[in-house]
Amino acid sequence: MQLVLEKRAERSNTIALVSPLIAIGLTIITMTILFAILGKNPLLALHAYFIAPLTDSYSLQEIAVKATPLVMIAIGLSLCYLANAWNIGAEGQFLIGAVAGSWIAVKTQGTDAGSWVLPAMLVLAAAGGALYALIPAICKVKFGASEILTSLMLVYVADLLLDYLVRGPWRDPHGFNFPTTAEFDPVATVPLLIEGGRLHLGSIIALLVVAAAAILLGRTIKGFEIRVVGAAPRAARFGGFNSNQLVILTFAVSGALAGLAGIIEVAGPVGHLQPGISPGYGFTAIIVAFLGRLNPLGILIAGLFLALTFIGGEQAQIAMKIPLDVTKVFQGILLFYVLACDSLILYRFKLVFPNRQVASGTH
Amino acid sequence: MQAHQRMLDPTPNGLHSGESPLLQTLGLTKRYGDFLANDSIHIDIWPKQIHALLGENGAGKSTLVKAIYGLIQPSAGEIRWQGQTIVLSGPSEARSRGIGMVFQHFSLFDNLTVAENVALGLDGKESFKDMSARLEQVSKTYGLPLDPKREVWQLSVGERQRIEIVRALMQDPKFLILDEPTAVLTPQEADQLFVVLERLKAEGRAILYISHKLEEVKRLCDTATILRGGKKVDTCNPRLETAASLARMMVGGEIKEVKAAAGRKTTVPRLVVNDLSLAPSEPHGVRLEHISFELKGGEILGIAGVAGNGQDELFAALSGERLSKDPGTVVIEGIAAGHLSITQRRKLGAAFVPEERLGHGTAPRMKLSENALLTGHAASGMVHRGFIDTAATLKTVDRATETFDVRKAKRDPEAASLSGGNLQKFIVGREILRNPAVLVVSQPTWGVDAGAAAVIRQALLDLATAGAAVLVTSQDLDELAEIADRIAVMFHGHLSAPLATADATREKLGLLMGGSSLEPKEAAHAVGA
Repeated sequence: MQLVLEKRAERSNTIALVSPLIAIGLTIITMTILFAILGKNPLLALHAYFIAPLTDSYSLQEIAVKATPLVMIAIGLSLCYLANAWNIGAEGQFLIGAVAGSWIAVKTQGTDAGSWVLPAMLVLAAAGGALYALIPAICKVKFGASEILTSLMLVYVADLLLDYLVRGPWRDPHGFNFPTTAEFDPVATVPLLIEGGRLHLGSIIALLVVAAAAILLGRTIKGFEIRVVGAAPRAARFGGFNSNQLVILTFAVSGALAGLAGIIEVAGPVGHLQPGISPGYGFTAIIVAFLGRLNPLGILIAGLFLALTFIGGEQAQIAMKIPLDVTKVFQGILLFYVLACDSLILYRFKLVFPNRQVASGTH
Repeated sequence: MQAHQRMLDPTPNGLHSGESPLLQTLGLTKRYGDFLANDSIHIDIWPKQIHALLGENGAGKSTLVKAIYGLIQPSAGEIRWQGQTIVLSGPSEARSRGIGMVFQHFSLFDNLTVAENVALGLDGKESFKDMSARLEQVSKTYGLPLDPKREVWQLSVGERQRIEIVRALMQDPKFLILDEPTAVLTPQEADQLFVVLERLKAEGRAILYISHKLEEVKRLCDTATILRGGKKVDTCNPRLETAASLARMMVGGEIKEVKAAAGRKTTVPRLVVNDLSLAPSEPHGVRLEHISFELKGGEILGIAGVAGNGQDELFAALSGERLSKDPGTVVIEGIAAGHLSITQRRKLGAAFVPEERLGHGTAPRMKLSENALLTGHAASGMVHRGFIDTAATLKTVDRATETFDVRKAKRDPEAASLSGGNLQKFIVGREILRNPAVLVVSQPTWGVDAGAAAVIRQALLDLATAGAAVLVTSQDLDELAEIADRIAVMFHGHLSAPLATADATREKLGLLMGGSSLEPKEAAHAVGA
C-alpha cells in the first residue's frame, strides 16, 4: 500500500479556499507541541496569542495598525508573484519609501509649511519605493539577473542608508544622540481616525488599495495580462502580452505600495524616522500574500491574521515570558504549511494498492 | 525453463495450434482514478508477425504498450511471455527478457554523439569500443546507416529514429514495439523502414506496430488489433479489410466526409511573404532562408515537411511572436507587417492557431472564456476602456461550442479539462469566429480524434470558401491532399515552390521532404542549351 499524489482534472476551488485554513490548523498543532517543549502551558499560550488580543479595543486597533503595512505590501507582492516576478525586497522598498517621504518632513521641520506636506510625502515615498524596486526589475529584463537575489540584497543597502541618515545628517540635534530624527510636525503626520486611539488614515488607504487590486485583477485586461503571463508564459506571448513590460510594471507598483506603507508607518504610529521602524513587514508580507492566495480579499484577511500574531506574540512575551522570536518561528511554519497545502489544489492524495498477483507454480 | 526452449519457435505464421504466443495479455486492465484506460484487453502476439495496434487518440494504445514494456503496472489482468506469467518491474527487465521499444518521441541528447547516446541506453557492461563496433555492424546489417561519431543535433529526424531502432536492435529483442514510427518520416524513408521491418519479421521476431495510417497497416501488417475507448473492438487481418472498414472500427461509426465547395474563387493576395530570412533564436534552431510565397483569398496553401525543418520558426515569424527587421517580409492585407506585434497583426485581420494546444494556444489552467480573451482582446470588442466584457467572452465560448460541437462538462471549464479534439475545436473555432482575412494554422488535427479532425478540416475549407486565405502546416500528407489547393514543402529552412495539389504526388512531395530538387533534368537541359 502506498500514498501517492494524483493530479486533478481541474483545480479544486474548495481546496483553494480551505487550504489556508488547513495550514493554520497544522501550524497551531505544531505550535502546541512547541509550547509544550518550551515548558509553557499550550492552552494558555494559544489563548495569549489568538484570543487575548481580540478582547480589548486597544489591541484590536493595534491589529489594524499592524495589518495596514502588511496588507499594502502584500497586495503589491501578489501582483509580482502572479506575473512570475519574484520581488523579495519589499522590506528595502518599504525603508526607501520611509526615507524618501521623511526627507520632506525633515526639511520642512519647524517651518510654517502648509497642508501640502503630508500628500507630498506620500507621493515621494511611493516614487522612491517604485524607483528602488525598478533596479532589480531592470537588471532582470536587461541582463537576466535573478530578481530574487538582487531585490533581497538591496534590502541591506536600504537598511544601511537609513541607518546612516538618522545617525548622521538627519539626527535630531536635541535627541540626546539617539539615532532618530526629530518628531514630525503635525502637518507631516498621518491623522488618527479616532481621537486618542491608534487607528489612522493609513488603514483606509490600505482598504482602498485592496479594492483597487480586486478590480484590477478581476475586471481589467491589465489584470488578466498579469495572471496569464504568470500562469502560461508562452500562451501569454501568443496573446500578445510582453512579460518584460509586466516585470517592470509589477515591480514598480509593488515598490510604490511598499514605499507608501513605509512612510505611513513612519509618519503614523512611529512619528519619526529611526532604525528598526519595521519588524520585518516586507518579509512577513510574503507570507501574507501566499496565505491570502494572492487574492486581494484573501490578503486582507491574512494580513489581519498575521498582525494578530505580532500582537499576540507581544502579549505572550509579557504574560508568559515566551520569547518574541517564537512569533517568527510561527510565521515561518505557517508559510511552510501554506505552500505544502497548496499542492492539494492541483493534486489529491490517494491510497494505492499495487496489484501484483504472480501466478503460482511457474517458478 | 520450459519457456526458454521455445525461444526459436519455428511455427510459421497462422499455424499456432498447440503453441503459446510469444506475448499475451489476459484481461489486462489499467485504471486511472475513475477512468478505465484499458478495459480487460486480450491480445496475442506470435513470432514472425507484424501486429498492428490501431485506435484513435485516447483509445488506450499507449497505456497497453506501456504496460507491456513495464513502464506502468496493470491494475488487473496478466501478461504472459512465452507462456509464462510475468510481472515486469520496469523497462530494463522488459529489455532483458527481449522486449524492445522505439518511442514516438525520441530520448536523445543533442550534444552527444550517436555512439554515446546508444551507450547511455544500454544496460550491458561491454566497453565503449566494442559497443561502437557492434553499433556499426548492426546498423550495416539492417541497412540503417549511421555514423557513430556524429553529434545528434546534426542529424535529420529520420536519422535520429534510426539511432533509436538500432539501439533497440542491439539488445537482440524477440519482440519490438514501434510507436507511430512513420509520423516523422518522408514516404521514401517510410518505405526503407518497411524493408527493415520485413527483415526483422523474417528473422523470427515479432513486431507490434502502432499507427493510425491505415494504408500503411494494410500493406505491412499481418494482424491488426483495434482498440476503442479502452476496449478491444476486434482482431482482424488488415489485408482483408478496407481502409474505410478499419476506420469504422476505430471510430465506431461513419466519419463525415470533408467536402470542398465547388466554384471557390481566389481573390486578391491577402498574405504575402517576400524573401523572409531569420536567424534561429535557439542554439540548434533552424534558420529561415529566403522564404517567399503569395496566398490569395479563397485559397488554402499547405506546407508539408518533416518536423523540425523550420515550420515552428515560420509560424513564429508569421504570427509576430518573432519580429523581422524588414517590415516588407510579411505583408498582411496589403500592409507591411514584418515589424508588427502579434496583436497588431490580429488587428489587420490575421488569426493564428499554433501546434501546441496547451501552454501555447491556451493557458491550460484558465477558463475557456479567459482563453477566448487571450487572442480576442485585440479586435473582438471584448475589452472596453481596459475593462473586460465578461459577457462577450462567454458569448464567444457559447458560439464556438455551438458552431463546432465542443463537448465539455460545464459551460466554462478550464482549458486543460477538455479532451484534445474538443480543445482543438474550441481553439480553431475561437479564431474562425473572428472572421479572419488570413488564418495561419499549424498541425490542425494533430492528436485529434477522427470526428473532430473532420469538423476542423471542414471549417478550414468553409473559411476559404468565405474568402479568407488559409495557410496550413501539417505533417499529414493525406490531410493536405484533402484540403489544400497547393502544397509547398519545407526543408532545412527553405520552402519549395508550391505544387498544385493534383500534381503533388507522394513521390514528388517525398523527394522535396528529403531535400531533393524536382527538376534536375530541366536544370541540366538549361545548362546544355
